[in-house]
Amino acid sequence: MSTGTVEVRLAALLHSYTRGARVVHAPGATLGEVFDALDERYPGIRFRIVDEQDRMRRHVRVFVNGADARDLATPLADGDKLYIVGALSGG
Amino acid sequence: MPPDRVLLLVATRKGAFIIRTDSAREHFAIDGPHFLGHTIHHMRLDPRDGNTILMAARTGHLGPTVFRSHDFGKTWKEAQRPPQFPKAAQGARQRTVDHVFWLTPGHASEPGVWYAGTSPQGLFRSEDGGQTWEGVRGFNDHPLYEKWVGGDQDGTPDGPKTHSILVDPRNPRRMYFGLSGGGVFVSDDQGADWRPMNRGSRADFFPDPLPEYGQDPHCMALHPLKPDRLYQQNHCGIYRLDRPDETWVRIGENMPADVGDIGFPVVLHPRDPDTVWVFPMDGSDVWPRVSPGGKPAVYMSRDAGRRWQRQDRGLPREQAWFTVMRQAFSADALDPVGLYFGTTAGALWASADEGASWRCPVPHLPEIFAVAAETL
Repeated sequence: MSTGTVEVRLAALLHSYTRGARVVHAPGATLGEVFDALDERYPGIRFRIVDEQDRMRRHVRVFVNGADARDLATPLADGDKLYIVGALSGG
Repeated sequence: MPPDRVLLLVATRKGAFIIRTDSAREHFAIDGPHFLGHTIHHMRLDPRDGNTILMAARTGHLGPTVFRSHDFGKTWKEAQRPPQFPKAAQGARQRTVDHVFWLTPGHASEPGVWYAGTSPQGLFRSEDGGQTWEGVRGFNDHPLYEKWVGGDQDGTPDGPKTHSILVDPRNPRRMYFGLSGGGVFVSDDQGADWRPMNRGSRADFFPDPLPEYGQDPHCMALHPLKPDRLYQQNHCGIYRLDRPDETWVRIGENMPADVGDIGFPVVLHPRDPDTVWVFPMDGSDVWPRVSPGGKPAVYMSRDAGRRWQRQDRGLPREQAWFTVMRQAFSADALDPVGLYFGTTAGALWASADEGASWRCPVPHLPEIFAVAAETL
């Protein structure tokens, strides 16, 4: 599988990691590889989104080209658009 | 120069506050919020270097982490490897740290060592000042772990917790902690192995009210000048233990019957092992967990729990339904001792005279989870 580059659009709750950038680009053939690449560039970001059992945090949602994705093995293609948002949580 | 300043590290459901006061404890200067909107469970100052603060944080969305500051909160750095369980083998129980609940600086002879207690129950150790954390396998992987921690129903409404991590000041190898639920545990080999130490403490919520483990110790403290003495505010009473004895004595039976001996925190006097403070709450029928009768009061004993004295001067006389969480009551080391407690309604109360009188210098913080009085 070739490794492409995807566009990652981040909700505000993660901007402290990307020094304010709302959109970044990262290489990866799967969702997991993209998170690894993001963590290398923005240390700590992965564990805030994905737990130690490689499951997405309960109140974080990830969309790939608009479709909900929760599996780190989700394949990605060059140019795919990721959207990482905070799901409902509050009070 | 003797210590004359106090730093109050206040952890709230919506951020952290660093509050400074002086020896008169009249003026309270608030610095914060730090990390507004983040859930902060605990903050502690490192007594070994006097300037490192560690903070246990998460948000409603994001996973748990630890931040540290070397400049009293001007700047913060995130841990490179926050406390986390190992990836489970296929078919094994998949444990994930929901939040870091408790932070304890290690022994004075081990600079850089810290311990963290998590929800669900886990014990973690850092040897580099909180940058990287590893599980203490002697507990997290103990063959009896599953039995000791029970199921999800054995925890608090916010999840089961490891708390009250205590290191004997004479000996870094002797450690204690409490599990809610699970009971009190002791290690004599720096965490390589653990055993329950609950004889005499009750678990009235079980068919056998005196089990070997399974109790719910809300908060435990060890006296630094008499490290064989431990106090415990339990779900089922207030207890004292003077080792080598291993049977807890229910000193809460000496509390007034209409107040009872249920509560969350227990606080010790820094120089007198016989002086102890608690903050009683209503543990009747459905467990309201508020001040009994809507009349908040601290109770103090000067004789190791034989007699208790009500301390409520300055506190509201009626219709005040305080809840003070287990980490939200703390003493400074000045003379006379200053006491501080924070309520879940966001009020920080202070006493400059060992509890004889109280006032509320900081009334409107978010829900307070923890107050640590650090004397500088």
